[in-house]
Amino acid sequence: MSINYDEYEIVVGLEVHAQLLTNSKLFCGDSAAFGGDPNTHISPITLAHPGTLPKLNKKAITYAVKIGLACNCSITRHNYFARKNYFYPDLPKGYQLSQHTTPVCQGGFVTIRTQEGTRDIRLNRIHMEEDAGKSLHDVDPNNTCVDYNRAGVPLVEIVTEPDIHSGDEAYAYLTELRKLLRYLEICDGNMEEGSMRCDANISVRKKGDTKLGTKVEVKNLNSIRNVKRAIEFESKRLIDILESGEKVIQQTRSFDAGNGTTFALRTKEDANDYRYFADPDLTPFVVTDELLHEVRASIPALPEERVVRYTQELQLPDYDARVITDEKELAVYFEQIIEHTKNYKAAANWMLGPVKSWLNETGGSITAFPVPPATIAALIALIDSNQVNFSVASTKLFAALLKEPGKQPLQLAKELNLLQDSDEGNVAAWIEEVLNKMPDKVAEYKKGKKGLIGLFVGEVKKVSKGKADPKLTNDILLKKLQ
Amino acid sequence: MEVNDALVQNLANLARLQFNDQEKEIIKNDLQRMIQFVDKLNELNTEGVEPLLHMTDAINVLREDEVKGSISREEALKNAPDSDGTFFKVPKVIKKQD
Repeated sequence: MSINYDEYEIVVGLEVHAQLLTNSKLFCGDSAAFGGDPNTHISPITLAHPGTLPKLNKKAITYAVKIGLACNCSITRHNYFARKNYFYPDLPKGYQLSQHTTPVCQGGFVTIRTQEGTRDIRLNRIHMEEDAGKSLHDVDPNNTCVDYNRAGVPLVEIVTEPDIHSGDEAYAYLTELRKLLRYLEICDGNMEEGSMRCDANISVRKKGDTKLGTKVEVKNLNSIRNVKRAIEFESKRLIDILESGEKVIQQTRSFDAGNGTTFALRTKEDANDYRYFADPDLTPFVVTDELLHEVRASIPALPEERVVRYTQELQLPDYDARVITDEKELAVYFEQIIEHTKNYKAAANWMLGPVKSWLNETGGSITAFPVPPATIAALIALIDSNQVNFSVASTKLFAALLKEPGKQPLQLAKELNLLQDSDEGNVAAWIEEVLNKMPDKVAEYKKGKKGLIGLFVGEVKKVSKGKADPKLTNDILLKKLQ
Repeated sequence: MEVNDALVQNLANLARLQFNDQEKEIIKNDLQRMIQFVDKLNELNTEGVEPLLHMTDAINVLREDEVKGSISREEALKNAPDSDGTFFKVPKVIKKQD
């Protein structure tokens, strides 16, 4: 009997841990940078020596409030950190400091776009906590080796409601969330390096059921694509279990990216007993009106806001607007071009065409793109005034500009002899040459095969090495062929 | 609340402590008295009273985001029970899979 997977609804909640791009750790002055030599970003506070006192990093609060406002959360004014007590070697204090009881951001949502349309994924909370150190199990055969550089690095944990119903939705949510984190410049969103991590709580239930099914938690998802793959694999596995008449056991599983499957890490016999209580070493903190206003004012135009502006004010197609707003730096570059030109669509075409190709080929970022935005605007002006045609501009002239980005396009076009020729005599001469070469085609045209005009235009373009003004070429051709 | 052997054992596990039978009896007795004390406090009507979580009225004692105060690896590893000069070493956390 075949299983009808469509009878089931997949229910997923995601927990994202995002490392905040502060200089120092959450509760002390050790560097929070990634990739230092093992155990060099540590202090007595990180190592939990007796008598040390933690002190909260102001910047971390600012960053957490920032992402909360961007996700439409309500901001908790009175906050404190709780101790989450458990023993593990990568946690020197024997407890993790976490805003368990008073998450600084509550509720909110992230709008996603899938083939099914637009939907808001509701958030449960965003709270701050400290990261743990790193345990290495393969350095020494007899011991676990611990590096405490990461211990105490500030994180925000962003928790959704069980509001995601497919791998595609999870993919869209994470892409959107990462875009927001990067726009706000509070996390670099690098899942491979672990600065953004995701755990997925997955369950399935018959469509129409209101009670949630037993969930499994899947860990070790090191890319957005793998989150989608894991959800697709795991939900199918859960449905297979239910269809075979068995029960799902609540457990933690790990994703194997190599073969796209999951395997059990541990089964939760009883709920962990973390014995949370308010940390007595830290004072409570209050998000003041002043801080709230300050943070609100520091939030740049977010992708959605820019898309609305580009499509409505600038009349760009939705697709163009989305590609350009994919990264803030791209959007900023585009906006710098249109400070110098009113031809917004042409500016978008340059972004989506030659500029994007350069980014793809070099693997570089727009910040490393050598040609200044004003120069792209100057290129657009050259084309609009019929001095250069687009294909010459986007290939030869663009390539030349990449080598000499300081030069003006007009100057460079002159040097390279790329300026279009609008001299009637010159164009007429090229046309004469072409028509003389193909008298049979001319005869066919005159008999009524008017489609051949394209061939003639193309030939003129060829013999003039792209320099013949296309409009003038067309006009003169039509006259001569009468 | 009854303090029995199972409760003491559970707390000992959570705290990673080991007791012999004689110690367990003493601890059971101590715990019982502590809980009686808290039960007594619970008799008070605290409706409308916010729990006192912190012992001072200080709020927003914050640091600027500056890197300072780290120590060298050599210093840090001085107190490690075991190390290889680079890492802190602890007993194997994950058993080798055969």
